[in-house]
Amino acid sequence: MTDIRVTEPPAHAEPRKLGGPRFRPGEAAFRALLLCCLAVGIIFLGVLLTYVLVEAWPRLDSRLWNNFPSIRRPERAGAQSAIFGTIWVVAFTALFCLPTGVMAAIYLEEYADPNRWYNRLIELNIQNLAAVPSIIYGILGLGLLARQLALGTTVLTAALTLSLLVLPVVIIASREAIRAVPQSIRQASLALGATQWQTIRRQVLPAAIPGIATGSILALSRAIGEAAPLLLLGAVTYVAFNPEGLESAYTVLPIQIFGWISQSREEFHHLAAAAIVILLAILLVMNAAAIWLRNRFSKRW
Amino acid sequence: MNHESAPDPATHRQDPVPDLAAQDASRGRSMALAIGDRRRGRPVPSLDDPVFHISDLDVWYADHQAVRDVTLTIGRRQITAMIGPSGCGKSTVIRCLNRMNDLIPGARVTGKVVYYGENLYDTEVDPIEVRRRIGMVFQKPNPFPKSIYDNIAYGPRVNGMKGNLDDLVEEALTGAALWDEVKGKLKANALALSGGQQQRLCIARAIAVRPEVILMDEPCSALDPIATARIEDLMAKLASEFTIVIVTHNMQQAARISDYTAFFTADVDSEGVRHGRLVEYDTTEKIFENPADPRTEGYITGRFG
Repeated sequence: MTDIRVTEPPAHAEPRKLGGPRFRPGEAAFRALLLCCLAVGIIFLGVLLTYVLVEAWPRLDSRLWNNFPSIRRPERAGAQSAIFGTIWVVAFTALFCLPTGVMAAIYLEEYADPNRWYNRLIELNIQNLAAVPSIIYGILGLGLLARQLALGTTVLTAALTLSLLVLPVVIIASREAIRAVPQSIRQASLALGATQWQTIRRQVLPAAIPGIATGSILALSRAIGEAAPLLLLGAVTYVAFNPEGLESAYTVLPIQIFGWISQSREEFHHLAAAAIVILLAILLVMNAAAIWLRNRFSKRW
Repeated sequence: MNHESAPDPATHRQDPVPDLAAQDASRGRSMALAIGDRRRGRPVPSLDDPVFHISDLDVWYADHQAVRDVTLTIGRRQITAMIGPSGCGKSTVIRCLNRMNDLIPGARVTGKVVYYGENLYDTEVDPIEVRRRIGMVFQKPNPFPKSIYDNIAYGPRVNGMKGNLDDLVEEALTGAALWDEVKGKLKANALALSGGQQQRLCIARAIAVRPEVILMDEPCSALDPIATARIEDLMAKLASEFTIVIVTHNMQQAARISDYTAFFTADVDSEGVRHGRLVEYDTTEKIFENPADPRTEGYITGRFG
């Protein structure tokens, strides 16, 4: 690099014009295709919501949450036990899976050495578990929790089974949130003489909470909608009482809906649609909470 | 290769040209000779009272040796600048001084970093305690996403320091020449400050735990010339109390503020592997006016290669 060579400027050439085609068919076609794909999703969702609302309209009143199910008299039937059952089961699912999932995520992100084979194995298995069909978890819950551990078909068994079902999702979501906290924040904390746990508790976790909460709520939304594993776990359709504890028998909304849909009388179909509206409303509230949390507490670096 | 080892062009933009050019003009001096301008006439400290004595330091990242065979002594309450082209290992060396390299998976250090007679890499040395005593300021300002007050109070809190926290916060912010600008808004989010203020906040945060040494890894490379000039002024002030080691891409900065300068370069061995080496270490005056090694002279005068 001792001598610097200066190249001759290129000879003067006629400037090229900046004009071009106004309309590019390929671009337009691709854009139209994208819009079509979007339309498919939106239209079907719209149709579904309209259909459910129209079906539910005659029965969308206070009987739904004041009364208990009845097989013989659809005009007096309600879904109170299913609504309470859903709340009980999901509340305990959250209680069991959130601390476990978040702590597992902290271990994997902050402590585990990714070069060790056992850590890679755990990671791979968590990814796989998230894809296991939910009925398998039902079989696990029935065989291991209900029978082997003799917990019976109770709220506790249901909550534990659903916890196992959504645990991989909670772990994956929490890991993403923890990973999104910039490394510079950890370095700043450690350089001040903070220990690793102090750094995690006082810097990393508070910064990751919005992401963890959003992911966890979406995972719990999945648990609310689950019927398959609970079919095996004794969420019998006609329960005429609300759960009173972890040992209680129970039913949940998806199973109640399933029970009513399979009745032959028209009135029960309206009831099922009304219960679907309730279920959708609960999911909507939870998703709204997730979005609110994300916007309210998310940090920008 | 020449292209890679040339000084990062980005740093030239950060030279405090407008600010200093005016000052230098009023003193009738040229930019290039502004050696020791910001040292405020401190006598050059001797190396008889060493804080660090680094000997035969090698650093490996997995299979790649990043730094080879560095030996140098850093005296008490002196400002030591580490300069050199990109990839010469100066940031790696500074990160050995408070064991921040421990956090990089696969990093391995051999040789000794003796700090007041104790080797930092002895097995019984607690890296947490090391970092309490030897603070660090990073290239990009990295305040916590919290209030200004909580940023400063964090270090004393995690270290279980006793005393009035409010006084400590004021003292640290005053020490970092930031108090007057933020005293009315201590509860405001630190991320709302300007880049230069954020960096001074990071310095205040570092001195709040009362370390003995402050390491600065290119603290001005993300700042504009005016903010840079302020930090340089601040460093000169802090040198009366702390030992400061600074890595910089900006040679004029090293010349202006430091007492001693270490020049590093990247050697390429016979297998084509690059590793950092210390070329020359001496008083800043000597390095910039009469370097012993032709490579130092080449770099200083901008004819590196």
